Amino acid sequence: MVFEQKHILGLEELSSDEIRLILDTAESMKEVSERDVKKVPALKGVTVVNLFFEPSTRTRASFEIAEKRLSADVLNFTPTESSVVKGETLLDTARNLEAMGASVIVIRHAMSGAPWLLSRELSSSIVNAGDGFHEHPSQALLDLFTVREVKKEISGLKIVIVGDVSHSRVARSNIWGFIKLGAEVRVVGPPTMIPRDIEKVDVRVYYDIEDALEGVDVVMMLRLQKERQESGLLPSLREYSRFYGLTRERLRLAKEDVIVMHPGPINRGVELSSEVADDVHSVILDQVSNGIAVRMAMLYLVASSGGNA
Amino acid sequence: MKILVKGGQVVDPSQGINEIRTLYIEDGKIKSYPRGTKELEKDPSIKVIDASGKIVSPGFIDLHVHLREPGFEHKETIRTGCMAAAAGGFTSVVCMPNTNPVNDNASVTEYILLKARTAGIVNVFPVGAITKGLKGEELSEIGEMWEAGCIAISDDGRPVMNSRVMRHAMEYAKAFGLPVISHAEDLNLSSGGVMNDGFTSTMLGLRGIPNASEEVMVARDITLAELTKTHLHIAHVSTAGAVRLIKDAKKRGVKVTAEATPHHFTLTDKSVLSYDTNAKVNPPIRSKEDMEGIREGIREGVIDIIATDHAPHTEDEKKVEFDLAPFGISGLETALPLALKLVEDGVLTLTELIRKLTINPAQIIKSDRGTVKLGAPADVVIFDPNKVIKVDRDKFRSKGKNTPFHGWQLSGQVLYTIVGGHIVFPT
Repeated sequence: MVFEQKHILGLEELSSDEIRLILDTAESMKEVSERDVKKVPALKGVTVVNLFFEPSTRTRASFEIAEKRLSADVLNFTPTESSVVKGETLLDTARNLEAMGASVIVIRHAMSGAPWLLSRELSSSIVNAGDGFHEHPSQALLDLFTVREVKKEISGLKIVIVGDVSHSRVARSNIWGFIKLGAEVRVVGPPTMIPRDIEKVDVRVYYDIEDALEGVDVVMMLRLQKERQESGLLPSLREYSRFYGLTRERLRLAKEDVIVMHPGPINRGVELSSEVADDVHSVILDQVSNGIAVRMAMLYLVASSGGNA
Repeated sequence: MKILVKGGQVVDPSQGINEIRTLYIEDGKIKSYPRGTKELEKDPSIKVIDASGKIVSPGFIDLHVHLREPGFEHKETIRTGCMAAAAGGFTSVVCMPNTNPVNDNASVTEYILLKARTAGIVNVFPVGAITKGLKGEELSEIGEMWEAGCIAISDDGRPVMNSRVMRHAMEYAKAFGLPVISHAEDLNLSSGGVMNDGFTSTMLGLRGIPNASEEVMVARDITLAELTKTHLHIAHVSTAGAVRLIKDAKKRGVKVTAEATPHHFTLTDKSVLSYDTNAKVNPPIRSKEDMEGIREGIREGVIDIIATDHAPHTEDEKKVEFDLAPFGISGLETALPLALKLVEDGVLTLTELIRKLTINPAQIIKSDRGTVKLGAPADVVIFDPNKVIKVDRDKFRSKGKNTPFHGWQLSGQVLYTIVGGHIVFPT
């Protein structure tokens, strides 16, 4: 199978076969990461720009390592040091980077849809590294990769996503990914954090975490942003933690071989207790290492895709 | 200028006319309906327009446009806005006060009217701000703006959030017989929203504006209209729930009228999929159920008029992240063909549609226009309802090319627009 997509903007647009191709490619990339010399010449001579309009440590670092292992020329561009502060538009900023020879732009932006705007107006390949509350495809792909690695098969699994689904791009991308690969997806959280009509994509909605955990194979915790309390969606973090925090007792309701995931950074004691974060069920650090292989696969596939041939 | 409009199908709901008739225009007025035209046709000073097979209607009146001048001349000027109106078949436009400076005092009103007279294209009727600076706090000098020529008051673009201020505005406006136009939006409920709240906003990860944001305010303003016995006009109705509230109020005898825009009765919120900022508008384009509710309201007469909410913006302003793009659709030049779809779809007869574009808006602003009765100002539009056109934003007279209808194939073309006895379109 040949990867035809010029961009990776979200999992909504990818077919199940394309998702599987990325995961399979990531397996070979993971093998590269386990060698003594962790480098292949796949993107030699290709300039990749990491255009991060939002602070991010791990995603950017992970992309940068992935790019370097593929031998790409890497430029990191962040708005604080750029002309955005001088009032330049997103499109003008990106066009300038393209004029300098960038052929892949990895973009992180606080506003949903920003990567779409670039994909329509530029000739570079656009890789979405997270846009607003919309999608975070590299995170969902590494989550799928991690689950597949542990459970072998995603189809038929029961997965529950816990927390602030409304404001989570990680949740949206994972919902698409797990549904497309045949898993049953549940979401649970306070009703103020469950987005309108989400059940229309074949997701089961719960407000009680104990009901939602019953018999699941995968628990995916979302990070709770502290400002949700100020915007009136929550009375307090303490109350949130009591009703929706993951504890060892609650985890017993899930399957015995359940795995616990978190996109990071963790708020210990809020969305999950320390004992759960460090538990044998936790695959949180595996997610982080797999992130590099998955991002290598994404970059490799868009740079050599039919759309760029 | 003397004009003979010969042999067209004259549709004038104000007089219950729908028949082949000839109009003779002289001295800016509808002079006569001549039977034999041979003598008149010999007179070389008379311009003869053969309207056979075409519709001849009173010129359309748009109760809701943004002409952007003063202050935002890069988006539109009174002149370009009036040219767009003429091209769309509108002979009168009612312009909203959210300019810079705000039209909240008589000198700004006079400036707008002076610019409109200088342009000399279509009639411009300004709306005065309800509150100074559209801040929702202190009443503007409504009496002086009325003297200067304002025909209604509104804080359009923003609601008057303080219910006490809105109550007093409605009471005060009564002294001058001015209708109060409500932009119904609860800012706390819509806070940060950029599109309709629903499945599509969930999928796109964009903040939603719930239907309740509009309905809460429609309910409030109806209650205040009952209290103050003032004429309330609800701008750009976007939800089926708002239609129900207005229907119920009308049944109780509350003096309330309402408008709907072509984009709200044509599109659903799926039109913003792929983050198309040309479909970003406030109130947002809503669900299919809402669109159908508005159509039903139009059919039943709950919605009295069709208005465009013409809101021009530049291409640069719209070619940004969805959250950053300004709200608004450039609507004057697509209104007629979109409205004719209501006839095609069996929602309205042609006469009922023309009523909502002519005499109904005229009555809301107490104008003597919107009719071609003898002696009335000669504001006339001649159009071909069957001519198939392709919307091309690059041909818009408006500076605002921001339309979600670019490339659409529609029926209905304006052939002539006559204002006060002068042909203003084509130029």
